Amino acid sequence: MPRKSKSTLRALAVTLVIVAGAWALNAAGTAYLNPYVYRILVLCGINVILALSLNLVNGVTGQFSIGHAGFMAVGAYVSAAFTVYATPRFFGVMPGASALSSALPFVIALLLGGVVAGVAGFLVGLPSMRLRGDYLAIVTLGFGEIIRVAILNIDAVGGARGFAGIPQRTDLAWVAAVAALTFVFLRNLIRSYHGRALLAIREDEIAAEALGVPTTRYKVSAFVIAAFCAGVAGGLFSHYTYLHTNSFTFMKSIEVIVMVVLGGMGSLTGSVLGAFILTALPEVLRFASSERLIIYSLLLIVLMIARPQGLLGRWEFSWRRLFSRRPKAPTEVA
Amino acid sequence: MQELFQQLANGIAWGSIYALIALGYTMVYGILRLINFAHGDIYMVGAFAAYYLARLLHAGGPEPSPILAAVVLLGSMAICAGLGVAIEYFAYRPVRKSGRLTALITAIGVSLLLENLGIRIFGADPKFFPQLVAPRTITLMEGVIVTNHQITVVIISIVLMVALTLFVQRTRTGKAMRAVAFNRDAASLMGIPVNRIITITFAIGSALAAAAGVLVGLTNPKIEPLMGIMPGVKAFVAAVLGGIGSIPGAVIGGLVMGVSEYLVVGYISSTYRDAIAFIILILVLLLKPAGLLGRNVAEKV
Repeated sequence: MPRKSKSTLRALAVTLVIVAGAWALNAAGTAYLNPYVYRILVLCGINVILALSLNLVNGVTGQFSIGHAGFMAVGAYVSAAFTVYATPRFFGVMPGASALSSALPFVIALLLGGVVAGVAGFLVGLPSMRLRGDYLAIVTLGFGEIIRVAILNIDAVGGARGFAGIPQRTDLAWVAAVAALTFVFLRNLIRSYHGRALLAIREDEIAAEALGVPTTRYKVSAFVIAAFCAGVAGGLFSHYTYLHTNSFTFMKSIEVIVMVVLGGMGSLTGSVLGAFILTALPEVLRFASSERLIIYSLLLIVLMIARPQGLLGRWEFSWRRLFSRRPKAPTEVA
Repeated sequence: MQELFQQLANGIAWGSIYALIALGYTMVYGILRLINFAHGDIYMVGAFAAYYLARLLHAGGPEPSPILAAVVLLGSMAICAGLGVAIEYFAYRPVRKSGRLTALITAIGVSLLLENLGIRIFGADPKFFPQLVAPRTITLMEGVIVTNHQITVVIISIVLMVALTLFVQRTRTGKAMRAVAFNRDAASLMGIPVNRIITITFAIGSALAAAAGVLVGLTNPKIEPLMGIMPGVKAFVAAVLGGIGSIPGAVIGGLVMGVSEYLVVGYISSTYRDAIAFIILILVLLLKPAGLLGRNVAEKV
């Protein structure tokens, strides 16, 4: 079999396995979990997508973005607007539509949200040609806030009232499938030729430039890909729960950064771990009611002092290493 | 025209508060290259410290005494200076060598801690700041009215900024601060006690933030534990706008932010108030990447 079609086949198989796995997970989740745990799992999944994509910019490429919530907001509102305004017109209102027939418009809505967020990511990535480090960070922060205020002033998407009337489309199957696809995509990207260029930029931008890596193009690409994923995550979010710009403040961006850093910068499995821990921790601490956020912030400080490289550092968790007799030295892939 | 002058007056009063907070950001950043996210929350603690001090001293009565007001201001500044030093010692010093992102997350953790402790201790509901100075209105010119609180804010801010500039430029400690900001390792080799200088920087920066908190309490008497988030972010933007690490830059940045916010509120819509600061920031950074007064440092290979 030619190499090209073999890899296509493999990609198809992986996608199928992911979709089937997500579907099975959702079936099991609806059957055995109480709605509260189910909801937290869905939010965990959305945060996993956000943390993974931010890791591409902050951990792998070594740039510093603190405006990720802005891209999420773009995706959330664009996809929600598509579902509310365009779907009935183009796909008709289907009373009692089956899950399958509502899936196509939802996929389009998610992709559209991702693409528009990607365009926003392109615009934010452009200043990175001139700005470095903290200055770039503050521009991304500013951009996130501008997006939020702009949405707040658009009446068609509810403005300060919040956007109501979005049908609930997201469930654990969707979130798990998108999260797993994001993981596989980013893992392959980082291990590819392009991924090594991104890593080179992180390690030493000047040296990378000198060796012929088009640093600007790669930095902007990293921003666009991350923004696309965040936009899709936003679409999943807006089709799951109440949509208001207050969900996309500066604190949300910070939350995602904390997930990435806590898990380990540049480690994809670390981001997954960080997203799960930071989504679940405030819930686990609920027994302490009013003290829980105090404990949460103290834990954060203590963790940073005790383990500054994050829980996994740059190390990737792998089944193969776990089960092999003779553990290989950890390869610093990412 | 009157409207314009009125908004300018309001903007300058509000901008001097941003400037005071921005000074602390810019000093800490200049020395540690750390965005001290907890700075906005120190400003909040400053307002609350003054609130409780004023109640303790009965400073907010119907006949407010200026001496008590000064005691409250200085007391709150002292409390926050201590708090800033403690935060640096317990949270930032252990992570100083672990890379800047770690320090940043620690700062975020401290910020969250102060906010949630504030909610726990002070309560989440807004408190009304006592009248430390009897309110009066002053007509600057036909149709332009300011309160004596706004004037007090501007005067105290100017006094503090001049004092800070003199301290940094004319004293031995100030010289040491500039040396540490310029090159920490070299300063250390020259026998400058770097740790002590960093402590002093945090004390001064936090005291200035506390002063800003008290002054805000005078003009907008509603204080609550989350009041520091947005002014904190905007003051940081002001510091970047002026060129981070530069003291006059922080002042100019703060004034630009305050004035532009009030112009937007007066002429466009108050809903865009939070966006204008960032739009100005992005435009300035695209034209002058190091901020208005920042030095462009060439990268060494």
